Parts: sequence; structure tokens; C-alpha cells
Amino acid sequence: MRTIKFLLGKELKQIFRNKSILAIIVVAPIIQLLILPFAANYEVRDIDVSLVDRDHSSYSRKLISKIQGSNYFRLTHCDDSFDKAYRHIESDAADLILEIPNGFERNRILEKHQQLFIAVNAINGTKANLGANYLIRTLQEFNEGLPTGAMNNSGLAQRSNLEVVFSNWYNPHLNYKRFMVPGILALLVTMIGGFVTALNIVKEKEVGTIEQINVTPIKKHHFILGKLIPFWVLGNVVFTIGLLISQLVYGIVSEGSILLLYGFITVYLLAVLGFGLLISTFCESQQQAILITFFFMMIFILTAGLFTPIDSMPEWAQFTTKLNPVTYLIEVMRMVILKGSTLTDVLPKLGVVALFGVVLNTWAIFNYKKTN
Amino acid sequence: MKRLLAFIKKEFAHVLRDKKTLLILFGMPVVQVLLFGFVLTHEVKNVKTLIIDQSQDATSAKLISKIKANPYFKIEASTLNVRRVEQYFKKGNAKLAMVFPANFGREHAGLHRTKIQLIADASDPNYATTAENYLTAIVQDFNSEINWEADIRYTIQPEMRMLYNPELKGAPNFVPGVMALVLMIICVMMTAISIAKEKETGTMEILLLSPIKPFWIIVSKIIPHLVLSVIDVISILLLSVFVLDIPIKGSVLLLMAESTLFVVNCLSLGIFISVETSSQQAAMLISLMGMLLPTILLSGFMFPIENMPEVLQWGSNLLPAKWFYTIVKAIVIKGLGFPAIWKETLILLAITASLLGISLKRFKIRLE
Amino acid sequence: MTEEHVIKTDKLTKRFGDFTAIHAITFKVNKGEIFGFLGANGAGKTTAVRMLCGLSRPTSGNAEVVGCDVYKQPEEIKKNIGYMSQKFSLYEDLTVLENIRFFGGIYGLCSARIKSKTNELIEQLGLQNEVKKLVASLPLGWKQKLAFSVAIIHNPKIVFLDEPTSGVDPLMRRQFWELIYEAANDEITVFVTTHYMDEAEYCDRLSIMVDGRIEALDTPRNLKERFGVTTLDELFYQLAREAKRGG
Repeated sequence: MRTIKFLLGKELKQIFRNKSILAIIVVAPIIQLLILPFAANYEVRDIDVSLVDRDHSSYSRKLISKIQGSNYFRLTHCDDSFDKAYRHIESDAADLILEIPNGFERNRILEKHQQLFIAVNAINGTKANLGANYLIRTLQEFNEGLPTGAMNNSGLAQRSNLEVVFSNWYNPHLNYKRFMVPGILALLVTMIGGFVTALNIVKEKEVGTIEQINVTPIKKHHFILGKLIPFWVLGNVVFTIGLLISQLVYGIVSEGSILLLYGFITVYLLAVLGFGLLISTFCESQQQAILITFFFMMIFILTAGLFTPIDSMPEWAQFTTKLNPVTYLIEVMRMVILKGSTLTDVLPKLGVVALFGVVLNTWAIFNYKKTN
Repeated sequence: MKRLLAFIKKEFAHVLRDKKTLLILFGMPVVQVLLFGFVLTHEVKNVKTLIIDQSQDATSAKLISKIKANPYFKIEASTLNVRRVEQYFKKGNAKLAMVFPANFGREHAGLHRTKIQLIADASDPNYATTAENYLTAIVQDFNSEINWEADIRYTIQPEMRMLYNPELKGAPNFVPGVMALVLMIICVMMTAISIAKEKETGTMEILLLSPIKPFWIIVSKIIPHLVLSVIDVISILLLSVFVLDIPIKGSVLLLMAESTLFVVNCLSLGIFISVETSSQQAAMLISLMGMLLPTILLSGFMFPIENMPEVLQWGSNLLPAKWFYTIVKAIVIKGLGFPAIWKETLILLAITASLLGISLKRFKIRLE
Repeated sequence: MTEEHVIKTDKLTKRFGDFTAIHAITFKVNKGEIFGFLGANGAGKTTAVRMLCGLSRPTSGNAEVVGCDVYKQPEEIKKNIGYMSQKFSLYEDLTVLENIRFFGGIYGLCSARIKSKTNELIEQLGLQNEVKKLVASLPLGWKQKLAFSVAIIHNPKIVFLDEPTSGVDPLMRRQFWELIYEAANDEITVFVTTHYMDEAEYCDRLSIMVDGRIEALDTPRNLKERFGVTTLDELFYQLAREAKRGG
């Protein structure tokens, strides 16, 4: 017990004297929380439209002004040929081309079906999809907005009689930041916990001070506790800074219990720290530790559903996300902060993360042999 | 020259001996390409949906089975208890709920305005919006099938063509970015760390005492990393062509030339960082926080630049990776030639030249 | 009367794969003596020390340190030994005071004892002005003296020193050895490895390792007589000439 006290004293002194670590702890939350939410915006808006109007009629102009008036689109070019418009796509000056064929107005008067031609830059699949969707909706609206007098005699209402109404829960303003920030908080805690621990221990290995410890009567688990505890505290500190920034900058206040959040973070940190510890037992140099930790962190973070939805992944990939502790944290963060989920809702995930913690730490302790 | 070769051999020995690092350096691009190619997608599919059918008649049943048949949606459960929606949402077991009002069929047949309510867990607004759009399209489709009489009405049919990526794969967007990322990790971070390590352990001074010019020492350090980068780039391209089915539409030669330019850029950056820092940890941190992170965030391959606030868009222009990403996209996905990318190339060239100049200068200064 | 043996080995061997680092070495170290392990680089000195400290498990053979079996009781051994390695043992980013207190605490000294020991050490080494300075800022010789003092802060029965004076000037080395003598006087056995001939002269008994074997073991004087040389230098040269390893 006493030895832990001494170990902790040493660790804390070393951490506070290590400018690099302090820098990460302060800078990382700031960068991640202030830049990332602004950068990570998958909303699709301001779609640049390059228009090719071959009809030049009042009808085509009506369509053009409808598009201009739309919130989704920006009419950036009006060309007279498709090829010219295509150049804009090539140079990324436009996202899609809308070609209004010759005879647009005429066909309307003759009540024939019309064809409009749309070409979309689909490199960004999501953007293309949503952009196309919006355009179709806009066209439908344009279609339905046509004065009934010019239309059919069948007496049937032009509007569809089946209406779909939306209710958006938990994020009624459809604010993407509300979605990203809790996830980024999770990312933050993970990175601090994982990276810094691994590096710290490997540094001791490289320098040789670990051998000195190995020769003393310090027990294995004391040593490991001495390493885990300071970083566990640090993780909580970073999380707190993160929460404050979320509230002050984004006005995001947790719907659910903050205590629950801290509770979950406590268990989660043990798992992540265990992971960092485990990695350190495999590395001989800091270089290796950095690279290996980065590699795993990257995989974990990308597949945890932070940026892309898990439900959309192939079955086998969805299975692997269950083996990824970060997945659970991100889900829980979002669940508690945005939806106000409670302990009972979160309990199964808490259990899994706790299991991770036990397994990883045990494995690490087992690996860390004072005698080899 | 012979001496230089001796140094280069030594550097290769260092790198090759570290099997774990090598494994990761080769494995990382492969994993990334596979991840981005097969796993990560913004597409919305398998949306877990809850059905609340308060009508329970033939019409609603028909619509429900239409939805069931659609791969975009996965019906999790059917319930009459509206309170269950909240339960499912809170536990994360469903993302969408569809509510049919009572007497749905009757109202609809009588051509009265009927409303279907969609309740979405809008935590992820994009997901929710897209799902809502898809479902609405299915509903409207269903509606026009039923109201076949209304087919006589005049419609505007759009003919859609998806350019460059007709299957709407996520990969074309990501693969050029993965290339940039991997090159940065190897050429910036690993180079910086390896030089910093020599400084830290003091062996750098020994090297500097040898009869070879310091410039060549640096060259010998970066050559193994250069080779590794080339191997990695080639494997990324091979993977994307043969495994992800994304052909290289443009000139491979041009691509290689531009990649070389970018590599030199990254190496200069790596040298610069190593000169300015005194420890491996510091080198790592600066590479990671100062270089990699901004690149991942702002270069455009993960998040669309056009959505970012002005400040960030401006900042993104300072990143060499952003220009490289644009260039690679143009060559590989759009199949464009040099005339289309000369501006970006020039910018990249300018950044590279200045970085190289500064880092060499700083290196010389540090020596004295 | 049998003297108490602090170290007893019997055909101690360490193999790494098919490379035999230490080949069946057998020797005894008496209480209170300064026992030297001389050898070229690569001869196996560090490997031997690591086995005796409980840091490395022998492949075969037996060894007992402070009466404890190296296979079965490595942790017991650690409680009763001190250790100072080539690479250094102090935390560079902690102050002199912090290092002393830390190791004192780790070895289970009570607070009062830590305090008195700390004052004693600082007094002895003349570090009064350096107490609050980071170890990294101390000159090499001082670091080593401090490392040694810290290694014996808990008055262990034996202290292992692995090439403790590498890279230090002869004057500092002499001062360091003065500390070793004091420790020996306090009944602390000193097991020291070195490749410096002059240091070999300071030992009570010396063993010379070549290619993982003990080629000679006796007092420096007896060794010189036996091999008919005037300096240990010549002796070492004779034995090491045939060596296949190291340099």
C-alpha cells in the first residue's frame, strides 16, 4: 500500500514536469473539440448547380428561379452546352449539372411527359445521393406547384393524398454538432488514455529505469496500479475539460445524468489504459509504441461508428465493432447526452466494457514479467 | 559515394530489424484501404425500424410488407404501444418509428388526406434525414401504385447519371486520402522520430563526426523511408484497382510524379520537425498533433471542405495534403491530365521548395 | 568456522536459443568482501548479474543469493539486495531529494528512517547545494555516487554494481571506490563487474570471465603470482587473447 503511495508521488511529479504530456492534455481537447466539430460536418448544403438551359422559355426560367430559391442549391453557372458545364464538374466548380431540354415549355403545354437530364459528381457518394434526392424533391414540388387549371380533366387532386410527417426527436434542429461533440469527447478520452500510457511505460523501458524497479521488491500489480492511477485521473480531467467546452462553446448540456457519464468513463478508462499497458509490454522502443498505438487507435476510432453509422456496415464488420471498446463509449455518450438514457439502458454496455478492462489489464500484468 | 552507400545500408538495417514497425508500416495502408473500401460508408442501410400500426388493415399491411422487402430498412418489431418508441430509442435498438393512424386504409381509400408519422432518432441528423427521405419515397411509390388512376397526370421525369462513381462507392473519396495519410505517417512522423532518436541517444554526433557531409547523412536517413513509401503507395493503388475495383483513369506516370513531389514535401517536413525538437516524444507529438491531425480533419478526404467555416477552409489551404488529395482525385478518379491540375501542382511545388529550403537551412544552423 | 556465503552458485548456465551466454559457472562470495567480475564486453558479466538479482531466470544450474534460491525466491532476493546498472538507476526528471525519498519508500523504510538516511546521504556526498536540482543536471560522477548510495539506502546484505564507473574520469572513480570501501566496512558485500584493470586491483577477490566461463578466480595478488605477471593487465591479456566473443 505504501509503495503505491510512493509510486504515485513519483509518477505525478514526472507527468507534471513533462511538457510534452502537459501539452497534449491541454491542446488535444481544445483542438479536437473546437476544430473537429466544425470540420466534421456531413450536412449536405450549398450544392453547386451548373445549369444548361436549352429551352429559354418562361417555364424553364420558373424552374431556374425555384432552384435558385432553394436552400440546398446554389446556381453557379448557366451555360449553353453540356460540355461547358462538364468542365465545371471537372474543376470542382459545380457538383451537378441540370440540363433543361429544348421543348420544355412546349411539352408542358401539350401535357406530354418531360425528361430532364441530371449529371451528378458522385465521387462523394453521400453528397451525390443527398443532392440527387433534394433535387428530385425540388422537382416534385415544382411539379405540384403548377396551377391546376392547366392540368388534367380527371378531377383528381394533383397533390398526393398520402402525406408523411416527420418528428425529429432528441435533435429537433438537426444540428450535426450535437451529434458529433459527444462522440469527439469519447475520442478525446480514448486517445489520452491509450497513447499516453503506452508511451510512458515504453519510455521507462528504453531509458532503463524499469529495470531498476524490477530489481526492487515492488510487486507487479503495485507497479501497474502506480501507472494506471495517475493516467486514470488525467483521463477524467480531460473529460471534464471536454464537458466544459461542450457546454460553453456548443451549449450542449447532457440530457441524462452526468454522474452516469463519469461512472461509465471510470470503467472505460480502465479498459483503455489496460490496452495502452498491454501495448507497452510488446514494444521495446517508443517509436514502436507510437506506431502500434496509432495503428490500433485509428482502427478502433474509425470503426466505432463515430463518423459512419455502424448499421450500414457489412455484417462481419458489425460483429467486429462489438469487440471494440470505443464503440460502446461513443454509443453511451450519445445515448446519455442526447437522449437521456439511464443506467438500466446502459448497463449491458457497461458490463462489456468492464469485461474488457479486466481482460486487458490481466493480460498486461501477466505479460509484464519482472523476471524473464 | 561508397561512404554514402555504407550509411544507407546502416539505415536500412535499422529499419528492417524493427519487424514490428515494418509490419505496421506495411499493414496499415492495407488495413486502411480495406476499412474504407468495405466497411466505412455514409450510406444509410439496414435502418432499424419500429412499426406502430394502429390500423391493422390490408392497406397498412401491404405498405409494411413493401418496406420489409426493402434492403434499406430492417423492421425490428411491431407494437401498439407508442411508449415503446422511447424505450427502443433510448436503448439504441431502433432509429426510426413509423406510425399508422387508426382507420388508415379506409381514409386512404376514401381519398381523404391521410398522414403517416415518422418518428426519427435524430441524434445523427444526416442519418435521420436520409432515412426519412427514403421511406417517404417508398410511401409515395406505394401511393402512386395504388392511385393508378393518377398516372395520367403530367410529370417531370429526371434522368439521372452519376459521374465517376456510378455505384456510389465510398472508396473513391477515401483512397486518395489514405495515400496522403500513409505517406505523411511514414515520411513525416517516422523520419522525424528516427532522426530525433539519434539525437537523443547521442549517436547523431558520431555520425556528424564522420567524413561525410551532413547533407548526405540526412539523405541516408530518408532513403529507407522513401523506399517504404513507394512500396506502400504501390500497394494502395494495387489494392484499390484489384480489390476495390477502382481503376486508375489517368496517367500512372503523372501520378507517380506528383506522389514523388508530395513525398519530398513530407520528408522535408520530417527533417524540419526533427531539427527543431530535442526528443522523440516531442517529435512524435508535433507530428501527430501538428501535422497528422489537421491533415485528417481538414484535407478534405474525411470531411467535405465546403461545409467548413471560412477560417478552417482557409487553414486547409495551407496543408500540402489537401492539394495532393485534389491532385490524386483528379488523376485517378476523374482521369484528368496535367493541364487540369497545374495550379495545384504549382502550389505543392512552392510549399515543398520552401519547406526544403527552410529545413536544410535550419539543419545547418543547428549544427553550428 | 565456515564463512557465511552471500552468493553460492553451482554450474550456473544461461542459454539464449543455441547461444550459451554463461557456461556452468561455479563460485562463492563471502560476506563483506568486495568481489569483482572482470571481463571483456560480451563475456557475460551483465547476464550473470541479472541472474543473481532475480531479473533473469537461469537455464540450468543452481544459485543462492542471501540464502534464497534464484528460481524459487526471486522476490525475497530483491528485498535484500541493492542494484546499480550501467544504464543508470535514478530518475533524471526527479530531484536528488525526490529520488532518495522514492527509493527509500520503495524499500520499505519508515518515514523517520528515510529522513535520517536522506540527511546522512546528502552530508556524505556533499550534495547540500544540489538537493533540489534535477538529477539530469548533475555531472556524471555525482550521479553515479548518488546512484550507489541510493542502491544501499536500505542496508542490503549485498549490492550488485554493473559497470558502475563507465565513462568517468580516474579521480571520480577513486572517489566512487571510497564509497564502496565504506559500504564493505558496514558489512555490505559488494559484487562489482568492471573492465577497468585498476578497479580490479581494489577487489578482495576477482574472477575473470572469458566467453561465458570463469577462467580464473582468486585474490588479485594470488592471480598475479600464479600467472607470473606483474600487472592484472597482462594477466587479462593472456586469458582474453583466446576469447572468441566481444572486443
